[in-house]
Amino acid sequence: MSSLSLRALSKSYGPVHAVRDMNLDVKEGEFLSLLGPSGCGKTTTLQMVAGFVPPTTGSIVVDGHELTSIAPEKRDMGVVFQSYALFPHMSVAQNIGFGLEMRRVERGELKRRVEEALAMVRLAGLEGRYPSELSGGQRQRVAIARALAIRPRVLLLDEPMSNLDAKLRGEMHVELRSLQRRLGITAILVTHDQVEAMTMSDRIAVMTNGGIAQLGTPQEVYDRPTSEFASRFLGHTNVLSGRVEKRAGDEATVKVGPVSFRTKLAKDQIGPEIAVFIRPERLRLGSPDEATLRGLVGTRLFLGGSWIYEIETELGSLRITQQNIGALQPEEGEPVGVSWNADDLRIIATEGSHG
Amino acid sequence: MASSVAHTGRGTPWLLSLPALALYLALLAVPLVLTAILSFNAFDGMRGIQQTLGWGNYLEILLDGYYQEIFLRTGGMALAVTVICIVLGVPETLILAKMKPVWRGTFFVVILGPLLISVVVRTLGWSVLLGSQGLVNTALRSLGLVDEPIRLLFSMTGVVIVLTHVFLPFMIIAVWSAMQRLDGQIEHAARSLGAGPFTTFRRIMLPQLMPGILSGAIIVFALAASAYATPAIIGGRRVKVVATTLYDEFFNSLNWPLGAAIAVLLLLANVLIIVGCNRIVERRFKQVFA
Repeated sequence: MSSLSLRALSKSYGPVHAVRDMNLDVKEGEFLSLLGPSGCGKTTTLQMVAGFVPPTTGSIVVDGHELTSIAPEKRDMGVVFQSYALFPHMSVAQNIGFGLEMRRVERGELKRRVEEALAMVRLAGLEGRYPSELSGGQRQRVAIARALAIRPRVLLLDEPMSNLDAKLRGEMHVELRSLQRRLGITAILVTHDQVEAMTMSDRIAVMTNGGIAQLGTPQEVYDRPTSEFASRFLGHTNVLSGRVEKRAGDEATVKVGPVSFRTKLAKDQIGPEIAVFIRPERLRLGSPDEATLRGLVGTRLFLGGSWIYEIETELGSLRITQQNIGALQPEEGEPVGVSWNADDLRIIATEGSHG
Repeated sequence: MASSVAHTGRGTPWLLSLPALALYLALLAVPLVLTAILSFNAFDGMRGIQQTLGWGNYLEILLDGYYQEIFLRTGGMALAVTVICIVLGVPETLILAKMKPVWRGTFFVVILGPLLISVVVRTLGWSVLLGSQGLVNTALRSLGLVDEPIRLLFSMTGVVIVLTHVFLPFMIIAVWSAMQRLDGQIEHAARSLGAGPFTTFRRIMLPQLMPGILSGAIIVFALAASAYATPAIIGGRRVKVVATTLYDEFFNSLNWPLGAAIAVLLLLANVLIIVGCNRIVERRFKQVFA
């Protein structure tokens, strides 16, 4: 178990800043995800931690030891790659044993630890197979076993699930998460998949433009996004236009459609026109008479466990998700009412005022 | 439409490949068969070629120490050129792969350069460089590295140097194409598991480059073993190889049957060595070839 800190870490390629002034503390045994779209700097950050890419400035500290200028082979990082990067000319056992062999682990011990790693990823009995003889899911398990066999200080996962089909991916999320908990290993996951980040992580760092936009537990980041980017990147969000009516210190009254509500408002929000965010599952569908807002059902999609509605209202198109609890659902084209709790509305500093 | 395709399906591929087959038969198979037949004929200094069939020429070549030495010398030369091409070509390709695209393009032109120049011009150029008063010897003596000029021209060393220069591009192209198929993350995987750059190369990258090295080695060996112009011009009379020997048999001694037998033996030796090496390497690295 190790803790990891990034201190003012930056990487520039000529005029392009891939990662800028990144500060991050990962606690012992924590599972942290770097979540963001491609080009946000998450992979570059991981490669700097692994030692494949030298940082332009800043430092990487593991358990209080500076790692920045140490070669990748001396860092004790277990890395699982997107392509798995298995050695095609080596058997499963040789692949997993390679890291131990490099550490001059004695033969009997090596064999025992390879078996242990294989059992951990539930692949016992496949020692003699070659990567070309394995399925995609099995290859990924071998890659995980290979990274874990060396008992690394930190496990680095570089979009490890992106080559798996949806069902297998879901299973691996649960399995990898429970494995990480059981071993108590510190892990950093790089992903662009918000579901993956939310299901697996203790904390998520939402990244954009080479920096962290928001850092927090999945629930914090989802429920209280601090930027429009974070709000839009994690799940779907509805944007309503609101208007600041009264302002007293950091308290304000905001009017959205026909309703007003009181809220805290940061000083950097200028207004009076502001954007108000609400999650699709926090909106309620009802009869048009007793609702806050009236609209027509535009599109209705059935997902099995839930329904997705696009409702056309005077405030624009709103997305609403409804649990499938067997109740009669309004049809497309039917008039409906939409209501919400004022507590569920979020006002976020607009992108412009954050730079 | 579909039925007519199915109907003509059987004969069409044969019909379409007929021109190529005819060309292949006329230009390769027929001369080879004729050469093979010729090699069994006897030769008499007074009466020329005798239309008899026998193993005489083969026995003469296989039992005569003179020919044995020539065959061994040729094999050794081809092997030396192949090994040097591997030793130089593989690291050279690795360096190329790490270069910026602009430089890589430039160096590719430089490497492929020898193939763009006529064999005679290129070989004569080398003979100017390698002579006892040539640039190489002058430079070595000016630097005080040698007292006497070393014999490069009309020596095996010279022949091997020049053949390596010409055949290196084939090795580099073959290794390069094998390298393009590699997963770039594999190198990082090995490093993260604790292997230094050298171990990573030896244990992880090199085995995966084997298919490329093997095909490069086969091309280089086959070309070197049957090379004529370079051994003739750089090696001269002193360094006789199989190709120059059979030329002499055909055009100086006019002993065509003996020349034909030498040609057939060279072909057989080439095929046996190449197929044998191929088998061994493919078996040893079978997972990479899969």
